[in-house]
Amino acid sequence: MSNAQIEIQLIASLVAIACAIPGTFLVLRKMAMISDAISHSILPGIVIGFFITQDLNSPLLILLAAITGIITVVLVEYIQKTGLVKEDTAIGLVFPILFSIGVILIAKNANDVHLDVDAVLLGELAFAPFDRLLIAGMDVGPKSLWVIGSILLITIGLLFAFFKELKISTFDVGLAASLGFSPAVIHYGLMTVSSVTTVGAFDAVGAILVVALMIAPAATAYLLTNNLKHMLAYAICFGVFSALSGYWLAHWLDASIAGSITTMLGLIFLMVYLFAPKKGIIAVLYREKQQRTEVSLLTFLLHLRNHNEEEERHVNHLNEHINWQKVRSKTVLELALKNNMIVITNNIVSLTEKGKDFTAQAIDYIITNEDSKIEHMKDDFFLFRG
Amino acid sequence: MDITEYIKLVFTDYTLRTITLGTAILGAVTGMLGSFAVLRKQSLLGDAISHAALPGIAIAFLITGAKDSNVLLLGALVSGLIGTFWIRGIIKKTHLKSDTALGLILSLFFGFGMLLLTFIQKQPNANQAGLDKYLFGQAATLVESDVWLMALVTGICLMVLLLFWKEFKILLFDTDYTKTLGFNTKFIDILITTFIVLAIVLGLQTVGVVLMSAMLLAPAAAARQWTNSLGVMVFLAAIFGAFSGVFGTAISASQNNLSTGPVIVIVAGIFVFISFIFSPSRGLLFKQIRFIKNRRDLQLHKTLSFMYHIAETHENISHPHAIKILNNFQGYTKGTLQKLVRKNYVKLDGSMWSLTEEGFNTASNLYNQQTENNE
Repeated sequence: MSNAQIEIQLIASLVAIACAIPGTFLVLRKMAMISDAISHSILPGIVIGFFITQDLNSPLLILLAAITGIITVVLVEYIQKTGLVKEDTAIGLVFPILFSIGVILIAKNANDVHLDVDAVLLGELAFAPFDRLLIAGMDVGPKSLWVIGSILLITIGLLFAFFKELKISTFDVGLAASLGFSPAVIHYGLMTVSSVTTVGAFDAVGAILVVALMIAPAATAYLLTNNLKHMLAYAICFGVFSALSGYWLAHWLDASIAGSITTMLGLIFLMVYLFAPKKGIIAVLYREKQQRTEVSLLTFLLHLRNHNEEEERHVNHLNEHINWQKVRSKTVLELALKNNMIVITNNIVSLTEKGKDFTAQAIDYIITNEDSKIEHMKDDFFLFRG
Repeated sequence: MDITEYIKLVFTDYTLRTITLGTAILGAVTGMLGSFAVLRKQSLLGDAISHAALPGIAIAFLITGAKDSNVLLLGALVSGLIGTFWIRGIIKKTHLKSDTALGLILSLFFGFGMLLLTFIQKQPNANQAGLDKYLFGQAATLVESDVWLMALVTGICLMVLLLFWKEFKILLFDTDYTKTLGFNTKFIDILITTFIVLAIVLGLQTVGVVLMSAMLLAPAAAARQWTNSLGVMVFLAAIFGAFSGVFGTAISASQNNLSTGPVIVIVAGIFVFISFIFSPSRGLLFKQIRFIKNRRDLQLHKTLSFMYHIAETHENISHPHAIKILNNFQGYTKGTLQKLVRKNYVKLDGSMWSLTEEGFNTASNLYNQQTENNE
């Protein structure tokens, strides 16, 4: 590995960590799309900042662009408050218009600006190591490494300082306000951090990848855990892993690094989405199927309880009367037999003691809706686990 | 270039005519379908779909190796639809919220598309240049066959809209009711979503991935301010969309270095801005005027009722009182007093005022009337 390669991977990993932290809170606060809006609407801020400073990594430019990000948030909230349109429409209106202004500003000054919309939107990580920071003639490393490094340090500092405020205001705004933290301050603080991170990261990885790095690791982590600290840790791990593996994928395919990192994020999300132990799609579908069978079982047992006549309890009757498919009635019968809830003699089904007990408890639960009644059944039946 | 010259050019110049027609039709169809997206609170779906269409374009190119815009659009349509239904799957089957699902699919698909695009660019195939026009769109690349395709899709979309009008309408406002009436909600839902995806994909070539969502939303958001009727809203949105297309093309054609997409979006944004402020029933301006007028009315009533309570204590209701005693009262200003005089409720005589018969009667009925109105 050459020096430049190590530097690129270092920058990518730092960006991934810096994005994952605010991203986790954005996902939890249902504001993921705001990050998309910010990443687009900082363009005019970047362009104006670039006119003034002529340097994509200058702190003034980052400040200006971050202010544009805040303006976006304020505008969206203002439009939403007028009640003329819903929040999502407000977001969808504000950022394309700001982005258009940015594109037109670039186009009108194309001759004297070395700034490309593609570069802002897509970024080029491969060039990052060539833009060196010189302090007193000494080469101390790539500029974007320093920029994203300091942003990351500030983000981590803020995270440790305000962790409990962030946590409370994310999950219970009312409680946060009554405890005396201003939810508005936290909200705008988070928005500021997101804007600054987006701006700091865009010229390395591009505006769209910033969105991917903010949302995807957090969303993936959210499918695996309900604990905020674990979620942050998972998100950071996913981010860094896809940053590193994405770099090598790009190296192998000779394609855009930003695109490869996003693709890796996508693959990880897809895997977790399919196979996550509790919230993955396969687990959910399995649970739903199981619940459906168990509801059928319950219906069937209740039916048995209500009928003493033999013809109502005949095995074939299930297909005719309750109108189930053959396969389904077979599954239900087997499940009931396996749990010793029924006995079948001469094709006549009758409830056992356990079956009667079960039905009584289930009815109790349905009527009273008290969890305590079915606590011991939760281990065996999905139905009551919810 | 002055306006008459420009109008003449629109009818004679092939490129300009094609682009103007194309953007107008595009604006109309996106406006129409955008109304449904806005009302169904799926505004950001457009943004997600347009980004999600990118890998489809790249894959279609990789498979066919040709730059036929119809094939590429087909690829975009397929990948847009996959994106849309994946978003639905995420929202329905996991606890991730819609904003996360949208942002996730948007950025992941787009990133994958970028990977493919850069991969294609490295291929030894001279044909690949110009694929990135789908990123920001280039109206200038529209040719007559594209416009015909747009017109065809718009026609089909209009027909389907008319055919399924009552189904769309009822699904929009009351999904559960639709289900109980026995309509196949899933089918209607998929139908309308497919058409929204189709409209977005059509616009990719003209305004590009990034700005497509504004084309979908802005005309609809503007139209929403002027009416409460779905039919009128769809119609208005189509008109706003078409005009944004025409004006945007005109402005960008008359200046150097102005790409059409962003200008159209800004024109549409101006429509929205004007609608937000000047719409008679919902607009901010008239709302503020109504607010001020109501406050004045209230102050007038407050003053009148204060006077009434003073006059009540006297046998002669027109007994004169000093204006000075009103000074302590909050609702009183010289303006309200003048207004009361003009309405003939109060008579002024030097520094003294007195209620008239009419004013007394109005004041005594002031609060009774209001309760009657409420009932």
